This record gives sequence, structure tokens and C-alpha cells, in this order.
Amino acid sequence: MSLMHDIDFTLNGVRRRATVRVDMSALDMLRETIGLTGTKYGCGEGECGACTIQVDGVSLNSCLMFAVDCHGRQVVTIEGLGADEASTRASALRDAFVEHGAVQCGFCTPGMMMQASHLLDRHPHADAESIKRGIEGNLCRCTGYKKIVDAIVAVGEGIAP
Amino acid sequence: MTEIERYYAPASLEQAVDCLQEAGGVTVLAGGTDLMPQKNAGRLKPQRTLMNIRGIAELRGVELSGGEIRIGALTTITDLLENPLVRQHLPQLIEACNHFASDQIRNVATLGGNICNASPAGDTLVPLLVLDARVDLVSRPEGRMLRRGLPVAEFFVGPGKTRKAPTELLAGVTIPLPPENYLGRFFKFGTRPALDIATISIGFGGILEGGVLSRVRVAFGAVAATPVRASHTEAALEGRPLTEATIAAAAAAARDEVTPIDDVRASAWYRKELIHNMTKRILDHVAHA
Repeated sequence: MSLMHDIDFTLNGVRRRATVRVDMSALDMLRETIGLTGTKYGCGEGECGACTIQVDGVSLNSCLMFAVDCHGRQVVTIEGLGADEASTRASALRDAFVEHGAVQCGFCTPGMMMQASHLLDRHPHADAESIKRGIEGNLCRCTGYKKIVDAIVAVGEGIAP
Repeated sequence: MTEIERYYAPASLEQAVDCLQEAGGVTVLAGGTDLMPQKNAGRLKPQRTLMNIRGIAELRGVELSGGEIRIGALTTITDLLENPLVRQHLPQLIEACNHFASDQIRNVATLGGNICNASPAGDTLVPLLVLDARVDLVSRPEGRMLRRGLPVAEFFVGPGKTRKAPTELLAGVTIPLPPENYLGRFFKFGTRPALDIATISIGFGGILEGGVLSRVRVAFGAVAATPVRASHTEAALEGRPLTEATIAAAAAAARDEVTPIDDVRASAWYRKELIHNMTKRILDHVAHA
């Protein structure tokens, strides 16, 4: 039986307690302990970005993060992106993904959206080149990159629907 | 497999080194981006205590004092990329950080983690070698803080192995401030820009005055069991005019002194060719800078 540890953190704006295995990833905690399955397990080693979440305002791979390290921090998952009413950009991003057809099978979409939202927080008017670099840690096996980049550019330029 | 029996998240450096002193068998967690996959793949056996040092604020940040730049071990790769001191003075390190994994990993991975992980292909290690960095190791035997500095060039022993004692914590690195006219270059060869482990990497540093090179440093990654300084290549350049003949001699010396292996990323022969051709390219660029 692995050692368990109690943690206390903010998940999508709501204070939350959890008891987790000390060697568990934040991704496993989100999906299995808490039951939020929007964050996906792709490769489990930080190559694909499907598990991207935001912690204390930066994007990271939740498969590489220890769940115990969430203690005392602000965690946002795809379920919480834009839940905050002030976040008009997050809803613009969602609409832009729909409008540009930036979703094929949809598996990479939560990770893409979380990374795109972080990129636009840092660089609100990022151009296509810097967006391509910014999502280099997110794989789309449908290879629908063009539409994804178009959608993110549109939000950055303020021309999203 | 050893079970983790204790999780500890110290708030201060003293508490962290006390834990290393007392507990024995401690796995240090910083960013976790290397620790987690190594644990999952069974390459790293977790010790009895898992110590999360991320909360030790004094270990994060960059400062300039007394002609030295000190970088805390918990400074992330993104922190480095955004830091004005690093951007201004340490061009090779910026270039390496720019080619480091992906944004998600750069946001979390720490400089100290990259150093302690001691991969022969670790992206920041070649620039640190070229910049004459020293690692700052801290321990606390009998309640007394003990610090020792070690040149990065002496720190690595083999893949994943360093001279850090189990009771020591890497607190940071110290880099002498390069002079105004310093030229720094870094080149990493991979099949794609992101998330690739270097096939080879090359770091260069030096001063070019009146066409003559001085204070030359050259280092290579992924061509030996550790990142290495290239003493023969340096000798072929130091104090010489940077002519075509000098560049050709240095590139040949580089090819002759590296001892790479064949692996999934490239053959030893190809690595030697890359080292030769890319060393030449870097020096050509420096000559025309």
C-alpha cells in the first residue's frame, strides 16, 4: 500500500481537499480520484500535451506533475477554463475552435485549448509563428494543425466570432 | 521496489539539508518533469523519503553581485528565458533554453534538475560548461551550514552520476559575468526543434579582438558519458587569428577528440561528422559577427 497524503488546493476556483498516493501524477488524481476526465492521458511522458492544465497561471503537463505538489496551488483544468465570467478570452477561444473547425477527433483539444489560453495570456497578440512554437508541445494525431493555429491567431487578433 | 514512507515539503534550505543529513534515502523532487517519467519507466527507484523542495523560495531567482551571476537551483527554464540579466549576458544559455523541450515543460523544469539529472545530452549543461559555471552545494553536518563550490566541468561523473554527496543539495550555480565584448554561441542538433533529445550539441564562448580569439571555451553534449569541455579544440583556437585555416584545424580537432557512441538517434560516425561540420559553421559565424 503506497503512502497517502492529504492535500488542499483550489480546483477551477473551488477549494478542494483530496487524499492522494504520494507517487501519483496530478493527471491520475484529476481523472481517477476526482473524476474530471476532460484532461486526457496521451503519452504519459510529456511529449503530447493532451494532459495540459494550468497551475498558478502557467501551463504544464499534468502527467509529469506529482499530485502532492498541487497542495496550496491554483489548478485550472479544461472544465474550469472560462468558467470564470471575467474570462471572455476563454470563451472566444472556444468559439474560435468551433468556427475554424479546429476539432477533428477532439482528443488533443482540451490540451490545445489550455495551452492556447496560456499563450494568449502571456502574448495577447501572438502571431502564427509564435503560436506554432507555443503549441510545439501539443500533438494532434489528426494533424489538424492549420485550423488550430488559425483559431488561436483569430482570438489573438480579436477577429474571432 | 522501495516504498515511499514519508513525504516532506520543507519551507527552508536548512530544513531540506537537515532532512538529507538525517533521513538517508531521499528522493529530491523539484519540477518533477524528469523524476516522474524515470519513476514510471522503472529507471529510478524512489527512496524512502520523497522531499519536495519546490517551496523553498530562496532557491529560485537570478541575481548579479560582485561580478557574478547567481542562479538558484529552482529557477525554471521559462524564468531564465524571461530574465533580463540572463538575456543580456548569457546568450548560450538563452539559446539552449529556447531549444529545451516544450513550453509546458520549460514552465516547470528547473535548472538544478537539469544539472542533477546529469544527462550527457542535458540542454543547459553545455552552456554552463562554456560559461565556467560553478555548482553551489550545501549540506549541514552537525547543524552547521557547509557550502562548497565545484566547477561544473568536474561535477559530472557519468550518465545520471555527479559528485554531489547524498547529504548535499544543489543550491544553484554561479557564473562569472562575461565581459562586454563576449561572444557566446550554442547549437543543438535534433530532428525537430521541440521535445527532441540532442543528437549533439555545441557550446562556444570567447572574445574576438582584432581578429584574434582569446578566453576560448568549447564544449560538446551527447558525444561522451558526460557533457565535455573540448580542450584540443580550444587549444586550436586560443590566441590565434580566426582565419579559414584556424577554423579548419579547430573543426578537425573537434572531430578527433569526441568519442560518441551509436544509439537510436545517430551513429558515432554521424555524430563525429556533425561535430566537425557544425563546429566549423559556428566558427564561420563568429568570424563574420
